[in-house]
Amino acid sequence: MAEQKRIDEATGTSTVGHEWDGIEELDTPMPRWWLWTFYATIVWGLAYAVLYPAWPLVNSATEGVLGWSSRGDLYKEMRADALRRAPTVGAIAATAITDLPAKPELMQAAVQGGAAAFRVHCVQCHGAGGAGVKKLYPSLTDDDWLWGGDLASIQYTVTHGIRNPDHKDTRTSLMPAFGRDGILDAAQIGDVVSFVRAISRQERASASSARGAALFEANCAVCHGAGGEGGRQFGAPKLTDAIWLYGGDRDSLTATITQPRNGVMPRWNNRLDPVTIKMLSAYVYSLGGGEKGLAPVAKEQGVDGQP
Amino acid sequence: MASPEDLSGQPAPLYEARKGVYPKAVNGPFRRFKWAIMAVTLAIYYGTPWIRWDRGPYAPDQAVLVDLANRRFYMFQIEIWPHEFYYVAGLLIMAGVGLFLVTSAVGRAWCGYACPQTVWTDLFQHVDRLVDGDRNAQVRLAKGPWTFEKVAKRGLKYLIYLAIAFWTGGAWIMYFADAPTLTADFWTGQAAPVAYGTVALLTATTFILGGFLREQVCVYMCPWPRIQTAMMDEKSLLVTYKDWRGEPRGSVKKAMAHPGAFGDCIDCNQCVAVCPTGIDIREGPQIGCITCALCIDACDGVMAQVGRPRGLIDYCTLDDAATEKAGGTGQPIRKTLTRPRTLIYFGVWTAIGTAMLFSLGQRTRLDLAVQHERSPLYVQLSDGHVRNNYTLKLRNMETRPRRVAVTVSGLPGAAVWTEDGAREGAGQAVTLTLSPDSVTRLKLFIAAPGAGPARQDFTISTRGLDGDPRGDSDIIQFDRPEAGQ
Repeated sequence: MAEQKRIDEATGTSTVGHEWDGIEELDTPMPRWWLWTFYATIVWGLAYAVLYPAWPLVNSATEGVLGWSSRGDLYKEMRADALRRAPTVGAIAATAITDLPAKPELMQAAVQGGAAAFRVHCVQCHGAGGAGVKKLYPSLTDDDWLWGGDLASIQYTVTHGIRNPDHKDTRTSLMPAFGRDGILDAAQIGDVVSFVRAISRQERASASSARGAALFEANCAVCHGAGGEGGRQFGAPKLTDAIWLYGGDRDSLTATITQPRNGVMPRWNNRLDPVTIKMLSAYVYSLGGGEKGLAPVAKEQGVDGQP
Repeated sequence: MASPEDLSGQPAPLYEARKGVYPKAVNGPFRRFKWAIMAVTLAIYYGTPWIRWDRGPYAPDQAVLVDLANRRFYMFQIEIWPHEFYYVAGLLIMAGVGLFLVTSAVGRAWCGYACPQTVWTDLFQHVDRLVDGDRNAQVRLAKGPWTFEKVAKRGLKYLIYLAIAFWTGGAWIMYFADAPTLTADFWTGQAAPVAYGTVALLTATTFILGGFLREQVCVYMCPWPRIQTAMMDEKSLLVTYKDWRGEPRGSVKKAMAHPGAFGDCIDCNQCVAVCPTGIDIREGPQIGCITCALCIDACDGVMAQVGRPRGLIDYCTLDDAATEKAGGTGQPIRKTLTRPRTLIYFGVWTAIGTAMLFSLGQRTRLDLAVQHERSPLYVQLSDGHVRNNYTLKLRNMETRPRRVAVTVSGLPGAAVWTEDGAREGAGQAVTLTLSPDSVTRLKLFIAAPGAGPARQDFTISTRGLDGDPRGDSDIIQFDRPEAGQ
């Protein structure tokens, strides 16, 4: 490609000297303002490199005269947001949890705050939507509660946990290991299983379930109620419904009676502040199973003053 | 690479300074048309935000308002929501096809008359003539020394530039907020920083682009002149110097001395003098020509003075130019305008417009979107029923509160309730009150008997309870535990 610059006749402009199959390129001079704009971008670039973080060093980078950083921006935004939320959080703190539903805006804010806290502290066991894990952790979205599903009860459970040996106010109870400790023999456990499956309408009544009824009366009714309706002051589940945390088939029930799990939930009063716990409780309440109305505390009060 | 040198051995200049353009005042039908277009477009631009339009107590009363904060676009009786942004996209497509149509029919008419760059440049050039005088005085002043008079005139001129630029920038922000309120806020320092920033930016761009860069924008910056070459064909109207009639050029005296030896062009250079982009149309079609037709006015004026027929420079298609050169007469304008290409563009343009108008008339102002909550998909209830949770998004796009019913159908034995309600006494429908012009999000609980298919489609629908029953419906899935779970 020979360098053959020449003046183009039609335009009077020089060509760049390249030629491809007869096609040539004009070397049209740029307008002056374009050149000025170009110089301006150079000045801009230099100023930027001085004012803002620009040059990478070995372990860090130049900080810039203005001292700007994206981390600093984030810090400012977080602080501004905390300030923005402060009045709402204060209002939630000043409101008793049972009064929250009467203030829809506050309740909504609490549910949202609780959802955020739930995603950090609770999903590990209870699942992203509070659905629980079969045979391990209870669902928080259904209408069956071991320890009570009204706002105050949920708040108490979250605050004090379940079966925390180091905490006096924790919710606690102990189902005996009827099989392991030899309280009932295998045939008797089979009869109790028959009875429990009969009252939950999974099996028809039989001779075995009739024998089981007597055993139930003697061994189980004190916590689970005479008809198996459950007892919340002991966290004793209702045995007549369709919800089975550890399974409602014969094998699962036999295993449970032989050696119960007595599940544990950590208390949160030593990790979270009371407002977060209140918001968490509101969120759990909102998942679909929340029980309306105030828990009649005086009447159902347990031995430790638990609601 | 070797340094850019031309054959003369002189280094080519690194840049080309702008050649001053000092267009002369001209009068004629095209100039009057340009005045009319300028008046109309500027009146629309500066005036529209001040038109009031009553929409009742729940919506702003500004006829045209782009409410970015609340994400609404108001245009007279039409209100556009963000999810209906395709109407704006449709308008933009119509504008694009409209440009194709106009370009294929009448060439660069957009550039010559309606483009904001043209309109504001025209306005600023008029300011030049007002302050500095007509072409000759302008040239004299530009070349002259910096006397007191020049400083004073330049100062006054830039002040007027700045006033126009500021007014232009100020008018822009009025489209984005209530104009009277914003004006008051602006002058009392209460407006948002972005308002001041926008005004400053648009003042600067108007001042620079309209006051100084002018035709440089068209020649160097604007992509449209390049694209237009693909839009035009040999039947598009161009401003054409009819060289077969004009050449060879010669003064009236020469023509009288040698009858028949000279063409009609008397080489008076009036066409160059009036050109706002500083080109010579007699060199043929070129990128600098925005087809404003002022040279036609100038030439027609001169032809009238020397007693020759008008139209030495005139709108003419390439086809007609060839015909006339060969001695024939061109086609009537009606024929060049109605040819397949323009008719197809026009058809597409009207089709989009009609479709948009039709769908505007058909759109419901009560919109429903349902999402099935997936975590968990279903909840086993203690009485053997199964509950699914749904998130409902209800858009009430009318500027009045609405009472609506949300109904479930196709799911036997279903019970529906909201967070505020309870399962006890729940039926197949819930009644809601929606705030005007708002989106309501709510959680809907639906319980149904546990016996049934693992996946079942059913319908959730909304309907107005206050006169206008039109609504929306969605088909969505109800999940139950699989057998054995």
